[in-house]
Amino acid sequence: MRDAATPSAKVAVRLEDLHKYFGPLEVLKGISLDAREGEVVSILGASGSGKSTMLRCINMLEVPTSGTVTVGEETITLETDRRGRPRPANRRQVDRVRTKVGMVFQTFNLWSHKTILENVIEAPVHVQGRDKRECIEEAEALLDKVGIADKRDHYPAHLSGGQQQRAAIARALAQQPEVMLFDEPTSALDPELVGEVLRVMRGLAEEGRTMLVVTHEMGFARDVSNRVVFLHQGLIEAEGAPQDLFSGGGSERFQKFIAG
Amino acid sequence: MQQPGFFDLMSFGPGGWGPAMLTGALVTLALALCGFAIGAVFGAVAAFAKIAGGRIARTIADIYTTVLRGIPDLLVIYLFYFGGSTVLTSIGRLFGHDGFIGLPGFATGAIAIGIVSGAQHTEVFRGAFRAVHRGEIEAAIAAGMHPFLRFRRIIAPLVLRYALPGLGNIWQIVLKESALVSVTGVVELLRQAQVGAGSERQPFTFYFAAAILYLVITSLSSITFRQAEGYFSRGVRRSR
Amino acid sequence: MSFAFFQETLLTLLPGVPLTLELAFLSTAIGAVLAVTLALMRLSGVLPLDYFARAYVFAFRGTPLLVQIFLIYYGLSQFPAVRQSVFWPVLREPFWCAIIALSLNTGAYGSEVVRGGLLSVPHGQVEAARAVGMSGLLLFRRIVLPQAIRQALPAYGTELILMVKATSLASIITLMEITGRAAKLISDTYRVIEVFVVAGAIYLIINFVLTRIILALEFWLTPHLRERPEARELPADSAGEHA
Repeated sequence: MRDAATPSAKVAVRLEDLHKYFGPLEVLKGISLDAREGEVVSILGASGSGKSTMLRCINMLEVPTSGTVTVGEETITLETDRRGRPRPANRRQVDRVRTKVGMVFQTFNLWSHKTILENVIEAPVHVQGRDKRECIEEAEALLDKVGIADKRDHYPAHLSGGQQQRAAIARALAQQPEVMLFDEPTSALDPELVGEVLRVMRGLAEEGRTMLVVTHEMGFARDVSNRVVFLHQGLIEAEGAPQDLFSGGGSERFQKFIAG
Repeated sequence: MQQPGFFDLMSFGPGGWGPAMLTGALVTLALALCGFAIGAVFGAVAAFAKIAGGRIARTIADIYTTVLRGIPDLLVIYLFYFGGSTVLTSIGRLFGHDGFIGLPGFATGAIAIGIVSGAQHTEVFRGAFRAVHRGEIEAAIAAGMHPFLRFRRIIAPLVLRYALPGLGNIWQIVLKESALVSVTGVVELLRQAQVGAGSERQPFTFYFAAAILYLVITSLSSITFRQAEGYFSRGVRRSR
Repeated sequence: MSFAFFQETLLTLLPGVPLTLELAFLSTAIGAVLAVTLALMRLSGVLPLDYFARAYVFAFRGTPLLVQIFLIYYGLSQFPAVRQSVFWPVLREPFWCAIIALSLNTGAYGSEVVRGGLLSVPHGQVEAARAVGMSGLLLFRRIVLPQAIRQALPAYGTELILMVKATSLASIITLMEITGRAAKLISDTYRVIEVFVVAGAIYLIINFVLTRIILALEFWLTPHLRERPEARELPADSAGEHA
């Protein structure tokens, strides 16, 4: 368990009164959450509780129906289109925010037509316009860090799930993000491959990276994160330091949830 | 009287039809290439309309593909050949020119083939887009790629990869379809064979030679496409 | 554009419909027999037959149909032996040349469809038939062929539509089917658009109707893929509801 980030640390991600409808279905019913720099926040909840939707609102993969999202200094401005649906007012701002946010998906989503190295340097070179040689060096260091330096010229299909997910983590890190989002990063993996991914994530947490992690891994939530957020039916039902929540604090429903 | 044999007629020496037939084959190739390229443009636009267009764009694209799949290609070639000329002739009449103005057959033929094959391109592109894993596009969005960059770096290469087998089929169809343009007098391979057949009075020899040349072109094409498929589907199959 | 001209065009083109259909159906039927024969040759395991079928399919799929039509209609007359043979009265006729060329052509494409259908029949089905004492032609006719036909039908339906379109090439060797009549009308009147619209509409209607028939046929041939029918007998206690 890590020390909680000091309260004086700056806010990295702030969600204020987030609502999200899918058609008539209200998936998020007013979520407010701050994640401070260097903080690791685990987001737990049953499937359908809205935890993935909440995470995807941070980089506008889902546009919230109402509420505000702030990443670093930047509050994403929303407007409504002709049909009354919300959309980001400024596409450039969204792309800027997205480069500050690295995302790791449940199904890895590596680009299948590019090698592992090409996957990692794609965004730095083509989105951020950085020097390619420098990016390659950096990418090699990142691949080394996640333990798949020898796979740099392989295509994603040739790697195991655990290796693919570690490559996806390297790809997200290559953006030099201020915040890392993990959307159930181990849920699609065979049980014996979960450990290698969690080890990499734990390493990142120890470096002091700001991470928001949607997960079902109770061990990770309890031992690695500074804060646990428990969602139930689109609302935050319990929130607090893992040592408090996992020792009987929080709601009754949370206790039932972690008991399995 | 001894008739000249197959190889005498198709020789490259004096009186031989070899050079003319080869030129015809090149015109066929050029015609097919242009028709294919025009079709790819039509197909890309119509596929985009079907995937991302509003109701009107979608309906237009649907009508386009349904109609072109249901009517004979020869009819479309007639439409463009005679139709284009009719329009030109009436424009000519406006400017005091009396009489029929023909349209360049090659261009008309290429456009007609393009319109016909565009309907097939549409379905191939649409199917290929459907085959692209949504998550890979989402990862590109999350990486901050703006729509054009996303299309150029991620979507287009992936779509192309899935479309390639279908495009190979269309190319074969277009190659053979181009023979229909001979009815408008464009001297491609089949028309050249007709000319030779008429002047030497040996139709079988000439049509047979044309058939052989078509076979050569279609076979080489399928070899080329197979190699391209291997190249573009790298990362799909496990390495041997 | 006038309504009267549309009507006139329709009346000129409609008499071409029987010929178009005749060409399409007759050559698809002959072609289907050819297709099954070729597919069986491919799957026979007898090398000469296999290679012959391969070469046939390669040649007919690799060359334009129009070249095949010309080879038969114009080309064969080059040989005195053909002109003096008993077949000449047939080979002299553009109708029969068109039928021959279309049949040979669709036979090549169809054989691939049939082969796919035959290959799709699970081996276990054949084994089960052997186990009850079937073999040879009986096994093929009762077990393999029906399943192969069901499997191949959608693709063969597409082939039929393609054949309807392909019959238009017969107009180039003077047959006055729909496209032949349309081409003549265009060169007589220069009213391209109207003639095109009417001719195109006729083809679209033919193909639409054929597509429907094939769909119905598919439905009829695949009862096992349909929803499970409701049980026939009424449960005894349902009688109470009528009270």
